Parts: sequence; C-alpha cells; structure tokens
Amino acid sequence: MAQIDIKNVRKEFGTFTAVQSSSFTIEDGEFFMLLGPSGCGKTTTLRMMAGLELPTSGEIYIDGEEVGMKPASERDIAFVFQMFALYPHMKVGQNMAYPLRSQGMSKADTNKRVLEVARILGIENILGMSVGGLSGGDRQRVALGRAIVREPKAFLMDEPLGALDAEFREHMSEELRALHDRMGATTVYVTHDQLEAMQMGDKIVVMNHGVVEQFGKPQDIYNWPATKFVAQFIGSPPMNFLDFKGKVAAGDKSIKLNDIEIEIPVLKTGAEGEISLGVRPEHIHFSDKSNYKGRVVATEYLGTNQLVTLETANGTIKARTESTKLIKTGETIGLAFDARTLSIFEGESGLALPSQANEGVLQHG
Amino acid sequence: MSFSVTEPSRRQKWIAGSLVVGYALITLIPLLWIIATGFKSSADSIAYPPKVVFQPTVEGYVNLFTTQTRMGEDLRAEPREDLPWYEQLVREKGNTIVGASRYSERFFNSVIIGFGSTFFAILLGTMAAYAFSRFRVPLKDDLLFFILSTRMMPPIAVAVPIFLMFRNLGLSDTHAGMILLYTAINLSLSVWLINGFIDEIPVEYEEAALIDGYTRFQAFYKVVLPQATTGIASTAIFCLIFAWNEYALAVLLTSGTAQTAPPFIPTIIGVGGQDWPAVAAGATIFLVPVMVFTILLRKHLLRGITFGAVRK
Repeated sequence: MAQIDIKNVRKEFGTFTAVQSSSFTIEDGEFFMLLGPSGCGKTTTLRMMAGLELPTSGEIYIDGEEVGMKPASERDIAFVFQMFALYPHMKVGQNMAYPLRSQGMSKADTNKRVLEVARILGIENILGMSVGGLSGGDRQRVALGRAIVREPKAFLMDEPLGALDAEFREHMSEELRALHDRMGATTVYVTHDQLEAMQMGDKIVVMNHGVVEQFGKPQDIYNWPATKFVAQFIGSPPMNFLDFKGKVAAGDKSIKLNDIEIEIPVLKTGAEGEISLGVRPEHIHFSDKSNYKGRVVATEYLGTNQLVTLETANGTIKARTESTKLIKTGETIGLAFDARTLSIFEGESGLALPSQANEGVLQHG
Repeated sequence: MSFSVTEPSRRQKWIAGSLVVGYALITLIPLLWIIATGFKSSADSIAYPPKVVFQPTVEGYVNLFTTQTRMGEDLRAEPREDLPWYEQLVREKGNTIVGASRYSERFFNSVIIGFGSTFFAILLGTMAAYAFSRFRVPLKDDLLFFILSTRMMPPIAVAVPIFLMFRNLGLSDTHAGMILLYTAINLSLSVWLINGFIDEIPVEYEEAALIDGYTRFQAFYKVVLPQATTGIASTAIFCLIFAWNEYALAVLLTSGTAQTAPPFIPTIIGVGGQDWPAVAAGATIFLVPVMVFTILLRKHLLRGITFGAVRK
C-alpha cells in the first residue's frame, strides 16, 4: 500500500489544458475521491496516476518514487474502468488470473489466489462463466477481483458505479467501502456524484476546469467551501448566495444585508465590490423576530423535510425545514442565520474569504 | 405500410422462401452447369439441345491433368489390360498419355500467390489499421484518404506502368512479383476494413492489459487481435477472392513459372479441339479452395459484413 503525491501536475492536449498545475497528497490507506463535473480533468488526473496518460509537466510519486514517465505496467497499480473492460474473450476466472499470469506466477498459485479473492467477493460460483452473460453487479465484482488479486500499491477507479442502475449502485458503494475498510488499500475514486463522494470518501478533491478547487475532508468541504463553485457543486440543493454590493474588512463581525445587520464569523481579510453571503439551506431558520424577510414562492414536500423557495431582496434562496411546519405560498417570513455556519465569498474571484471559522480548512490547489 | 414484430404468417414465409430459392437457383445454375459439364463427354458437352441427363465420365478431368498424343494403328490394336484406368480411358479415344499437364502447377501458383498476398495484406493491414486507430498519426485523415484513393481506379488502368516496372525490376513472371502486386492492391481494402473493426473495440481493454502488466505489443496480440478476428477473417476472404480470381494483370505479367490458374484455364481449349469438359473441370477444381475457405470462415463473414450495424 502506498502514499501518492501529486506535485504541480499539468496536462495539455494540443492547445487544450485538461489539468492545470495540480497538487495534493493521498495518504496511505485512504479512500480518496476525485470529484467534479464532466470535463473537469478528474479522469485525466487519474489516468496520469495510472500511466495511461503522461503528464506534460509535474511529478507523481507513488511511495516516494517518481513514476510520472513510467509505463503503466511498471507502476504496480490496479485500475477499475467505468465500463469494466473485462476481456470479452476470456472466462471470469481467466480475467481475474490475467494480471497474475503477466507476473509469471505459476498456474497453481494463480488459481489459489483467484479462488481466494473470488471468495471475498462472493463470486466463486461464476469463475467458469464467460463474461458476456454476467449482470452489471457481477461484472463489477469481477473487475474488482481482477484489481484485487495482484495486491497492488493502489486502486484507481474511474466512476466504477457509473454503469450500474441506481438501486444497485447504493448496494455496491456500501460493498466497495466495506471492502476498502477490510483491505486498507489506498484507493483513488473518480466520480461526478457529490453524494457518492461524501458518502464514501475519507477525503475529497473537488476539481473544475482542470483546477483543484478544494481538497479536504467531506465535512469540511461541505461546511466551508473554498469557492463558490464548490459551494454550489456540493450539496443538494446547493448553498444559497445572498449577493450584495459593499465592503467588508478584516476583523468584521457582521455585514449589512439590505440595511439589516447579520452576524458572521470574524473575517481575516477584507474585500470590496460584489460580495456573496453563503448559507446552506438547512442553516436558514424561520423566525418572526428577524427583520430580514423573504416571501415564499414555492414549497416542495420531501417526506421528513420540505424545501421552501423564498424571494429576498438579495436573490432567490432555498431553505430546508421540517415538513410538519405549515408554510403557505405568498406569505412573508422572517429569516434568521446562525453566524457559525456562514461563509463570505468575493464575487469576482468566487473565493471564500478566510474567517475564524474556516481558516483551518481552506486549501486551494 | 405497417410493420409488425409478430411471427410472419405461413403465406409470408412461403413467399419469402420461394424468393430465396429462386434467387439461389438463378445464381447457382451457371455454377451447376459448369460442374456438370466437367463430367460430360466431349460430344455431350456441345450437344444441341443441351443435355441435362447424360452418362457421367471423368474424361474431362483426365484430359485436364494430362498431355496426350495420338497412337499409331499398330499400338492401338494391341490390348493392354495392365494399364491403369485412366490410360484405358484415353486409349478408347485412340490417344496415349505422354505426361502430366501444367494445370496442377498453375493451380499451385494460384494457391501460393492468392494465400501469400492475402497473408501479407492482412498482416500489414492489421498493423497499419491498429496504428491509425490508436495512435496520433500526423495527417491521419489525409493518409487514410490517400490509401483509399489507390482503389479509385481499376487496377488494370495502371497495367502498362506496372508491366514496365516489373520488367525493369525483374519481377515479371515471378511469385514474389505477383504477391507484391496483389498485396499492394488489397492493402487499401484491408487497412480500411480492419481500421473500422479496431475502432469499434473499446480502448479500455488494452488499457486494462497495460495496467495488468503487459506491454503494448502484448496487449495488441493478446487482447485486441482475438476480438478483431471477425473483422480480420471477413477482410481475408475479400482479399483472397480478389487475388484468386484476378485475371487481367495475371495474363499480362505471367506466362510461365508464376502463371496462375485464371489465365491458364482458357488455354486448355486449344489442346486437341474444343475440350469443354476439361475447361469445366479446371474451373470446378479452381472454385474449391475459395469455397472451402469461405465456408470455414462463414460464421465470421456474416458477422463481419453486418458488423457495426447492431449495437451490442
């Protein structure tokens, strides 16, 4: 098992820059998520770790060894493809044995090892089947099996659950996480699904347009997004922005929103111009005492809770509240915010302003 | 007009069936006629009205494989029970066998040149197609178009320059020359067809093999080739059919050592009158290898032709 270090890695395809100078570290044994919308460079980054693409510049270290320019076959990592990429002309057992045979392992040892791994995955009964007739879940297990048999330094997975249907995904993601915990293998997992990332990951890197936007624990990223992009990409519905024009300075404890004072975490730096106050839907409370008002435009019933769409002087926002609360469309409600949960973003760059609350977790690529 | 996915009615099946049988008959009759003529006697083969029922004989085949000459009166009178059956057959006509004909040599030339050129067209075509499909080849589209453009005129159009080139290079009437020529002509077809087949194979399979510890070349022949067999097999059939049947260039460039069967078969007519049964026998035997090859690869051929039409 291994630690993976990505240092200033950059990848260009002709004139298009897929990944811009990214750096982060994947600790030994971590379940690490590369998260971002399609085309953000997450898969390219993963493929560079695997050796399927060579970086234009920068270094990749696996266990302290620089492997950036080494061919995939010499890196001792396993890769799980979204489309599984099981060799269609081989049986399940042969597929799983294939990486071992390349290392020159004897037939007897190979069979023993394949059977061992098949037992872990619960697929020992299908080893003799051809891969064509397998269900999505079994294909996925075989692909995992092929990755596991070799006991590689790390597992790299490119949206491995992307080809499964929703119901089965849930089950498989639990299985995958359990497998990881059992083996303690360093795993890098690419996904565009923020829920999956938060559910499964020890750590998340959020990428956009080839840039690492933020890198950290799921809770930190959710609570203290480093950029407006992260704030909107993570969470469903996303973080609300209350936009205003004005000026904030280091040491400020509050801002004026539509002439109403709202407490915020103590700022470490200031900004001027377009500024946004970021607040998660579940952190908006309804309080008649509050002077900051919003008019209810719509409500969505979601079982245990409901989403309330409100129009305010600073834009439309969504709040999450218990579904037992009776809220009528058209009524005007006072909105209260908890100072400990708010973020301030600079409008133009979209960066979060460091404050007492988030300074420990803000990390930009 | 409406389409239904239900089982066709008996009537519809009957109509479809008779259409297929009718079409098969139309295409098969000339073939059957040739095969039948091979077993007719010389007289039956030119009888008018044509004979459909006749006394079969292998005279044509014996004539095809032998060179004969007329016997003198004295020799003819002498009964020779010790001679093999084919000598007896020839003696009945007052002839005697003086040696083997050149047919088997020419046939063997066809086998060497046909299969040889197919082998090289497929070998080079597969490697070129793989490169075009998987690597960033500069001017890829232009190169592919250029390769295709060699197919835009009939090969016979360049017969004269090829004839002169072959003469200067000493390639006229050589096996190597004919293999080279047919390979060159077939290569554009094989590059294009196989390129299409390899494009359809997801790159992930090779990438998986690379990560599993195999080199690029190992990934190519252990993972890509087994999946491209369908395409390669059908391409091989097309290449073989062309090289096997090619007539015009063979007439022009070969006359002796490397002459293939197509230009040779018509010359049989001239030996001892119009010996149609021998010609038909030569044509029948000539049909066999392509037929066997096609039947062996039949499954691949059908899948190959419809490849890409249906998404898996």
